[in-house]
Amino acid sequence: MWNRIGALIAKEFVAVWSDKKSRFVIIVPPIVQLLVFGYAATFDVDHVATAIYNEDGGLAARELVARFEGSPTFDVVARLDHEAEIAEVVDPKIASLVVHVGETFSRDLIAHRPARVQLIVDGRESNTALIILGYASRIIAEFNQEWLSLHGEPQPPASLVVRAWFNPNLLSRWFIVPGIVALLTLVVTTVVTALTVARERELGTFEQLLVTPFRPFEILVGKAVPPLVIGLVGGSVIILIAVLWFKVPFRGELALLYAGLFVYILAVIGVGLMISSISRTQQQAILGAFLFIVPAVILSGFATPIANMPPIIQDVTLANPMRYFLIIVRGIFLEGLPAPLVYDQLWPMALIAVLSLSGAAWLFRHRLG
Amino acid sequence: MTAPPSARSREGGAAPAPKPIPGGRRMRLIGLVRKESLQILRDPSSISIAFVLPVILLLLFGFGISLDAKHVPVALVIENPTSETASFAGSLIGSRYLAPVIFSHRRQAEEAMEEHRVDAMVVLRADFARRLWSPAGAPIQVIVNGTDANTGRIIGGYMDGVWQGWLEQRALEQGRTLDPPVVAEQRVWFNAEVRSRNFLVPGLIAIIMTLIGTLLTALVVAREWERGTMEALMVTPVRIGEILLGKLIPYFVLGMGGMAISTAMAVWVFDVPFRGSFAVLLVVSALFMITALGMGLLISTVVRSQFVAGQVAIVVAFLPAFILSGFIFDIASMPPVVRAITHVIPARYFVSSLQTLFLAGTVWPIVLSDGAALALMATIFLGLTRRKSRKSLE
Repeated sequence: MWNRIGALIAKEFVAVWSDKKSRFVIIVPPIVQLLVFGYAATFDVDHVATAIYNEDGGLAARELVARFEGSPTFDVVARLDHEAEIAEVVDPKIASLVVHVGETFSRDLIAHRPARVQLIVDGRESNTALIILGYASRIIAEFNQEWLSLHGEPQPPASLVVRAWFNPNLLSRWFIVPGIVALLTLVVTTVVTALTVARERELGTFEQLLVTPFRPFEILVGKAVPPLVIGLVGGSVIILIAVLWFKVPFRGELALLYAGLFVYILAVIGVGLMISSISRTQQQAILGAFLFIVPAVILSGFATPIANMPPIIQDVTLANPMRYFLIIVRGIFLEGLPAPLVYDQLWPMALIAVLSLSGAAWLFRHRLG
Repeated sequence: MTAPPSARSREGGAAPAPKPIPGGRRMRLIGLVRKESLQILRDPSSISIAFVLPVILLLLFGFGISLDAKHVPVALVIENPTSETASFAGSLIGSRYLAPVIFSHRRQAEEAMEEHRVDAMVVLRADFARRLWSPAGAPIQVIVNGTDANTGRIIGGYMDGVWQGWLEQRALEQGRTLDPPVVAEQRVWFNAEVRSRNFLVPGLIAIIMTLIGTLLTALVVAREWERGTMEALMVTPVRIGEILLGKLIPYFVLGMGGMAISTAMAVWVFDVPFRGSFAVLLVVSALFMITALGMGLLISTVVRSQFVAGQVAIVVAFLPAFILSGFIFDIASMPPVVRAITHVIPARYFVSSLQTLFLAGTVWPIVLSDGAALALMATIFLGLTRRKSRKSLE
């Protein structure tokens, strides 16, 4: 029996590898994507285009403005002389932030009246807007603190000391790049798997396969092994690039990561084979793969946290294998996630794998006609 | 798309076409459009990708993607309860963004952090109350889980707010007002409540249109190449320009239908304000649709296999539209090389125009430059497709 399956596996490999274009598509785009997205997908904000509108010639105002000019986060791109110019730089996105220091700023400050600074920020990109406001407020807070100590006034009785575990500089890249391991493995595995049965159905060879002595289980193994190998190799390459090229710290155990990757790929293959068995043509299979990939990525926590979603949608994410693998891969990379916590994520994926693979085996025979 | 006469006669030589009869051009085109439309109507998957997909995707993304962290679980460690720590805990509990869980030992909070039960911990040390009265003040230690850097930063911001609020309240209780020397007044233009949905939903429309335009066209035309029906079409008197146009028109109509549904949902389901002009939106969307369709046609013409066309469409159209378009990740913060790459991503221009038209209004400098870039790209893609298709028959 294993000989037969071996032959089937060899045939499947040949089917994918014989086509030069398919081979190219499995190897090159994922690496290009990893590099481009590793650099592009960031929530970090720097080089904020800033316009200064300073109506006050006083020393204190100039001192405050100089802090914005000196900060590596802000690039001063314009100086304004009129209120109307604010819209002229914000509307066409010339500046994302306008710092408006009023006429009476220096006088108010010396007279112990609250000196007001207006921070106007472009809200079209809401996340960037929040981060910009955070940075700008920090500059003003530092200014306040130095002003108080310089003038011998009391400091606030308590101060906030914020630190971050696992990622002390809060680099988005450390969050995104391990996520790409999950993302690209999902995309490559699903597409390769979704096409296997559909291609044969289109050519009519799948019916031939069904009338051979192969049992559904054997066909299942034959169809599942090649994408499993492709997924594991692809995943390994991405893990290597994440560590060697992007220098994302790897703090956990490699064996645990591979246990996670293995079960994750099996679960994805199960879904891919189910899509493939339902599809009548390759085109339907690709569309079906897409209809799975897109929600799977969105509802996984890859870009935005699951905790921010409405409760019903959070429940839906429980059926998504990528959700669990993301926790494993990020946890093992950054937090050195211990084995018991890995198992918590592993068994739901294993359950999805068993259900989807047996569903696919059943569909091999029952989709006919 | 009218071809110059010289190109026409050259094509006439390539395909054994009879002399065109007057008015035949329009008839042929109508016939082709009819054929393509029927093909779309017969294939349920095309219809679903154009009408059902936008609805599902918008619901999915609109509700699924949110950068607004609310009720973040936070561990509060109070090593030595006093009235001071109780008042701080009160401020923390009062925050609508944070959901504190109180521990008395640091170790318990650390365990909760490791097991992802909380995303941050706040530590008030045993000597907190005493040090409040010392000249240096008492430190409030905040540790966030930095794995999700963005959420970590947001939690840091929330804690800042809690701390400020507590200081002010304390000052009030002591009969003082706490006025920092400089007060920052924050104004968020176009999106006063800083709702991430207002920012994400317009960009999402660009992604859905990319899917309909590029992926669907790439697959459909690649299928024709695979089956040889494209070659069959080419030996008929129909000209290559007409074949392409015949493919473009039905999918254009389909895409614009999807666009209308998406816009209506953005405004009525997600309450995103629309402050620009609908006419401008229509023009920019049409330009983008033609670009996306042109890209799909070009992909399928070059690779001529559904499998590869699907993969290429995902890699060069869908994923860049997601990551390199400014839909969710800020382009200005990308490294210069990546920023340069974003200039050749059509979705970038559409996302920028959509965000502006929805939230800011019709800002001509943005709309005009985006529109010009899209028109240029559409011309390039369609021109290349035309050349590639012609060459193949020689």
